[in-house]
Amino acid sequence: MASILRFRKLCYAVPLKLQSFEFSKVDQKQKLDKKEEDANVFLPAQDLLEVDDQKKKYPKKQQRKWRCIDSCCWAIGYLCTTWWLLFFLYHCFPATMPGFQVPESPGVRLKRDGLTALHPVVLVPGIVTGGLELWEGRPCSEGLFRKRLWGGSFTEIFKRPLCWLEHLSLHHETGLDPPGIRVRAVPGLVAADYFAPGYFVWAVLIENLAKIGYEGKNLYMASYDWRLSFQNTEIRDQALSRLKSKIELLYVTNGYKKVVVVPHSMGVIYFLHFLKWVETPPPMGGGGGPGWCAKHIKSVVNIGPAFLGVPKAVSSIFSAEGKDVAYLRAMAPGLLDSEILGLQTLEHVLRVSRTWDSVVSLLPKGGETIWGDLDWSPEEGHACQLVKKGNFQCSPNDNYTDAMRGFQIKETEKYGRIISFGKEESQLPSSQIPILNSKQELLHGSATETVNSSCRGVWTEYDEMDRESFRKIAENKVYTSKTILDLLRFVAPKTMQRAETHFSHGIADNLDDPKYEHYKYWSNPLETKLPDAPDMEIYCLYGVGIPTERSYVYKLSPNDKCKSIPFRIDTSADGDQNSRLKGGVYFVDGDESVPVLSAGFMCAKGWRGRTRFNPSGTVTFIREYQHKPPASLLEGRGLESGAHVDIMGNVALIEDVLRVAAGASGSEIGGDRIYSDILRMSERINLRL
Amino acid sequence: MSLIRRRKQNETSRPTRSDPSSIDKEDDNKKKIPAKDQNAEEIALKKLRKWSCIDSCCWLIGSICVTWWFLLFLYNAIPASFNQYVTEAITGPVPDPPGVKLKKEGLTVKHPVVFVPGIVTGGLELWEGHQCAEGLFRKRLWGGTFGEVYKRPLCWVEHMSLDNETGLDPSGIRVRPVSGLVAADYFAPGYFVWAVLIANLARIGYEEKTMSMAAYDWRISFQNTEVRDQTLSRIKSNIELMVATNGGNKAVIIPHSMGVLYFLHFMKWVEAPAPMGGGGGPDWCAKHIKTVMNIGGPFLGVPKAVGGLFSAEAKDIAVIRATAPGFLDNDIFRLQTLQHVMRMTRTWDSTMSMLPKGGDTIWGGLDWSPEEGYTPSKRKQRNNDTQIANEDESEVVASQRKHVNFGRIISFGKDIAEAPSSQIDMIDFRGAVKGNSVANNTCRDVWTEYHEMGYEGIKAVAEYKAYTAESILDLLHFVAPKLMARGSAHFSYGIADNLDDPKYRHYKYWSNPLETTLPNAPDMEIFSMYGVGIPTERAYVYKLTPSADCYIPFQIDTSADDDDTPLKDGVYAVDGDETVPVLSAGFMCAKGWRGKTRFNPSGIRTYLREYEHSPPANLLEGRGTQSGAHVDIMGNFQLIEDIIRVAAGARGEDLGGDQVHSDIFKMSEKINLQL
Repeated sequence: MASILRFRKLCYAVPLKLQSFEFSKVDQKQKLDKKEEDANVFLPAQDLLEVDDQKKKYPKKQQRKWRCIDSCCWAIGYLCTTWWLLFFLYHCFPATMPGFQVPESPGVRLKRDGLTALHPVVLVPGIVTGGLELWEGRPCSEGLFRKRLWGGSFTEIFKRPLCWLEHLSLHHETGLDPPGIRVRAVPGLVAADYFAPGYFVWAVLIENLAKIGYEGKNLYMASYDWRLSFQNTEIRDQALSRLKSKIELLYVTNGYKKVVVVPHSMGVIYFLHFLKWVETPPPMGGGGGPGWCAKHIKSVVNIGPAFLGVPKAVSSIFSAEGKDVAYLRAMAPGLLDSEILGLQTLEHVLRVSRTWDSVVSLLPKGGETIWGDLDWSPEEGHACQLVKKGNFQCSPNDNYTDAMRGFQIKETEKYGRIISFGKEESQLPSSQIPILNSKQELLHGSATETVNSSCRGVWTEYDEMDRESFRKIAENKVYTSKTILDLLRFVAPKTMQRAETHFSHGIADNLDDPKYEHYKYWSNPLETKLPDAPDMEIYCLYGVGIPTERSYVYKLSPNDKCKSIPFRIDTSADGDQNSRLKGGVYFVDGDESVPVLSAGFMCAKGWRGRTRFNPSGTVTFIREYQHKPPASLLEGRGLESGAHVDIMGNVALIEDVLRVAAGASGSEIGGDRIYSDILRMSERINLRL
Repeated sequence: MSLIRRRKQNETSRPTRSDPSSIDKEDDNKKKIPAKDQNAEEIALKKLRKWSCIDSCCWLIGSICVTWWFLLFLYNAIPASFNQYVTEAITGPVPDPPGVKLKKEGLTVKHPVVFVPGIVTGGLELWEGHQCAEGLFRKRLWGGTFGEVYKRPLCWVEHMSLDNETGLDPSGIRVRPVSGLVAADYFAPGYFVWAVLIANLARIGYEEKTMSMAAYDWRISFQNTEVRDQTLSRIKSNIELMVATNGGNKAVIIPHSMGVLYFLHFMKWVEAPAPMGGGGGPDWCAKHIKTVMNIGGPFLGVPKAVGGLFSAEAKDIAVIRATAPGFLDNDIFRLQTLQHVMRMTRTWDSTMSMLPKGGDTIWGGLDWSPEEGYTPSKRKQRNNDTQIANEDESEVVASQRKHVNFGRIISFGKDIAEAPSSQIDMIDFRGAVKGNSVANNTCRDVWTEYHEMGYEGIKAVAEYKAYTAESILDLLHFVAPKLMARGSAHFSYGIADNLDDPKYRHYKYWSNPLETTLPNAPDMEIFSMYGVGIPTERAYVYKLTPSADCYIPFQIDTSADDDDTPLKDGVYAVDGDETVPVLSAGFMCAKGWRGKTRFNPSGIRTYLREYEHSPPANLLEGRGTQSGAHVDIMGNFQLIEDIIRVAAGARGEDLGGDQVHSDIFKMSEKINLQL
């Protein structure tokens, strides 16, 4: 009996023991408690006799109550107080700590050099970075009026994920708003200064521009709904008309100084579209007349331009994966496919992103001429050398284990095969690959519709295909940038049909063909001419030295369940030490999203001098920025980063933009600055100019 | 011992009770314990005391935090429509918001809409600042949370002030208006300005491309917004763009408060030829503007502006002073709040655009005023229950007997305010010598022009006793010469004798409706929409400040109260929307522009829409859906409905023409203005 009681006492003392503060004190207390309890256990009888005693013991009653919840409260209170105290101290600190010298921002330095605002600046954000807000929604989005659905804190994803996805999707036939939903681009500089709190996109550049005197009247963010196809932004929101009117206004109100346009990522091809649109006569275009660009635009400073598309877009349409998703899958298999929570994340993502026409604008353009075919690619050979001298992040160097396997003779990677099923197929010479006549096979393959009604509500176009066609796709083994379009047309017929009325991915044989007056060619630099503006300058500013996705090794998904994506990147496909294959992805040099080829080719060759794509001889400049990861944590995302978005904080890039905005010409800031093999690559590309 | 504990013990010992040996043991122990028990108890108590100093604080905070989080969690967990349920349970079904209601009627977007915010409500953000404003780049200095006011008040005042001479940016500081709808949708978190209207317009399909906010820096004079920021050019280009991209449907302009004057200025500017104006040509307005729907427009200025410029106070501050005397003059914290405020606001040219215009003709002389005979209590009775009404009846009779001189915008002393003009002994202040202030150095860094006036000047001002709308201007010229010199280059307050006089082509006349003609746009319509039924400042009773000359030497005499007249706490009130008297908001549309007058040569039609104020029925309604107050009226369902109807294509007659609750027509008739 006594032992039972003692045990109970201990139980009471345990919560206290868990408090890690001041152990000795607690221990003492514990002992005391024991004694106390020893005493108390037998009190009931006494109490019955002496009622008065209860009064005496009243204070102890309180003490008793302090045990379980109270100690929790105490701990929380303690934490809160400490937190506040630290917070308070943090705020008391002077903004600039002595000892820690913040490097001077380029804006301040250039201001001291006497640079001031001269040309008005227009910023054109890219895909994904611009904020979107809700103007009209379904009942489930109650209370979100004019709140950001995209950008900002993304809290709604967690609160009501399905509702969120529903509102971000577009109509899968028209590519415009679904009925009853209006999601619109956030206007103004706030649209893309920060993507999420603390994650800058344009903010650093804006701040530096402000240092030399820029402000609302000579700085404008041309935000647009990046989900739509470019022409649809005009049809639905009149975004192109607005941009035109704003540029004209900036030009007039700033003493007839021409505008410097700074597009980023997809904004680059959006602005390319604009350049054609604005000079085209009204029903289809803006009716600015043939001299509009020459009159209003000083230079186009493209940052991280995706002129010729990005291979990433292929995988995201094909299977909603990129390098990141593939890694995630390799590390935590099953997480993404988990059925337990009923998530099916990727399927949802695939479904939503396939309603976004703009993704299609980023598919590789120029076919095999640019991106290489089964046996050839412009990047072959050079890339790995460059990796060794330039970039220590390069993935193959880490793979010592794979080097042991060494079953493969050192051979050049076949980057041209953007999708291959199986690692071997990605490396074999083309003669050994069993190639079906892809197009015929695929398009006329049996696509019997077996819509499985037992599955949950996720709907992707894969559900309309049967296993047979999946197998056929996989049997075809390899796809180049030309056949990839056929593949996508097959697996995502509606998406591609919709989007291909807005975008084209070929190369024009004859640019004077009247068919090229259609807007679908305007965003493809290989199917349009630059405007007649000989004084205009075009810059290509991009980072180099980061492995960038170039082609993928796929496999059929083992998952037989319905409503799942039948293909996935084969993360087990790793190359040997010298190979640039890792986790099923072949890498080349680039800025993590855009390969050098896509970013630099037009400026390096396609438009250089007077070519058929550039009839007026607009001057082009290439400015590359070698990637250096941040030296310390204090630097945040780095002052010399070359990554696709982080480059917007790159000091050298900011300086270049500021100098151009303040009136410098391309040769004054130093002309070309090249670290990569872009010139050699361009030479290998056999494009008639 | 705790009761719980005891019960538990009973439970555990119950099964063993059958066992006699254990009972024995228990008995044994019982005998042993008492001595030991006492001892342990004492030590435990000591221990307890140690626990309870900081620890109980922590405990308290902890439990508060936990409760808070718990409640927060609950609050987040309840559905969003919960609030509505509660409201409906208490007050019965809430009417549909006008946007929803009108959407059901089939109204859709037609005309693009442009909002022109008023003074104070627009946000301002920092683009370049001094050292002390580190880290505030592109953060709101005005609007939003105003967090910086508390953190670094002097820095804030420094950045919000403009240059004392030019009325533009001080060197090294650039504070610019926030652009876009966010500029003035909410003034502070939860305090809507345009947000309700925007939300309702969105219901019938409006969005960013058909709706825009003509944000401007409301601190600087109207023409300077163009000189510095090219704001007028932007508005012009924006309206042109919206009209072009919306199939040629003309724009509906909705200015509020000072935005009304700003837009008047704009309409003249846009048609004036290029160097001074926008060069839009003589038919720009006719081509681009369908309707101007002025909300709470101070066309003829507001008496509040006088109080603001003269002594940086108005009714609110006077009330604070009356209830907590000494608080504002507090020297302990070295605050001198009002002086700082005054120094800052006196650099803002725009405040001068709101001084009463039209002089004695409009605002009344020493002995007459257009409003005479009005008492606010008469109006109150309509809102309140009828019991009070009977009492008020007698008051009305009394006040009608007693003549109120609203024309005397400032009087020194209550008796002066009430005496017939013949009895006032006015000594002209205009020639008075300003003595040098002795105590300049002791006044620390606060500097207002009063410090240059000296005692002589101050006395001279007080000696003049009563000021009407005309002499008020002389008074301000006397007490704030720099301010007025700067301001009179941009604004004018007179009445034009001959509007064709070429001098009226200067921009300083453009924002005064009595010195400009409306544009030649016969199809355009002008609405004047404002709340009525709230006592609004009209005239002040001042006194000299008793304390030394570091202070603003004049203040409202809060002891001046009168039950018979609308005088309360030194302020005479008339009917209005709490800020703008009916006279100022309604006169132009009721008389000045009605029909074809010399101010309105093309006969633009005008409509008066008054909204009777009724305060929110309960707390859940927030700021009310039937409010008539100057800013809260933006949430008035009736007003929103009118706006939406017009935006969707209705004309003035479709709305029902005039809707008048106040005496505006009677007042207008008393005003003898050549038309």
